[in-house]
Amino acid sequence: MTRLDPRGASPDAPVPAARLHIDWTRCDGRGLCTELLPELLDRDEWGYPIARSLSDRSDVPVPPELEQAALDAVTLCPVIALRLTRR
Amino acid sequence: MFDDTMWAFGRASGIVDLVLLTVAVLGGILTRSGRPLPGIPRFALSLAHRNVSMLAVVFLVLHVATLLLDPYAKLTIADVVVPFAGAEKPFWLGLGTVAFDLLVAVVATALLQRAIGTKAFRAVHWLTYAMWPVAVLHSVFDGTDGTDAWFVVGTVLATAAVLAAVAWRLSHGFLETQSLRGPDRLRAPQRPDAELRRVS
Repeated sequence: MTRLDPRGASPDAPVPAARLHIDWTRCDGRGLCTELLPELLDRDEWGYPIARSLSDRSDVPVPPELEQAALDAVTLCPVIALRLTRR
Repeated sequence: MFDDTMWAFGRASGIVDLVLLTVAVLGGILTRSGRPLPGIPRFALSLAHRNVSMLAVVFLVLHVATLLLDPYAKLTIADVVVPFAGAEKPFWLGLGTVAFDLLVAVVATALLQRAIGTKAFRAVHWLTYAMWPVAVLHSVFDGTDGTDAWFVVGTVLATAAVLAAVAWRLSHGFLETQSLRGPDRLRAPQRPDAELRRVS
């Protein structure tokens, strides 16, 4: 059964198991997360992470195969600006 | 024989630890700059800084533990925590105790960064800049090999490296984000189309 994304991304996309929350009050654009998750995050010209999926830039959907990399990014973020949330 | 082993290992582990602490300090400054090295991404440098620092703690524990077991060193449990009360060379031994206490504080707050917050972590992490020179002085003046030519040469090289890193740390363009967002960038030339519009 395919559930719908309540945040209104693509209606056919399955709900991801996890989301990477970016706390913008803490983020300093150090660039570690963009190195660890190039599939999900680009780096803008000021160094900040920018989600490739346009659905939600502060709660980036993480596919299961990237969950470990996302966890690494959460652990290594030098300013504790990342959190992995599961539903 | 056992005593000699403890003594030798106590000395060697102290020397190894000074090398590890130096690499950890240099790696920490590089990590803080936010810059990668050619072929080594930022997250790898950050991991290396953490792992070398943890290894430095391991060797410090070995350094202290072996000398506690060694009768020549006349080290007591109190000397491990309370500085300047030792039996032999109390001042230079005490500097080792001060460096130990500072490193415990720096590492504990680093491991607890999530619980105590980034501000408190950062404030205590600055103590590293006090810990490293104190550890160097302890090595040179309390170490059995401290005034040997090879050790002095190594210490001078390490000190030059750390001083250069600190000078870089204090320089204007140290942070990668400085070049991305700083005033240098704001003074950058305007977009060419804006230039054209002004001319026409």
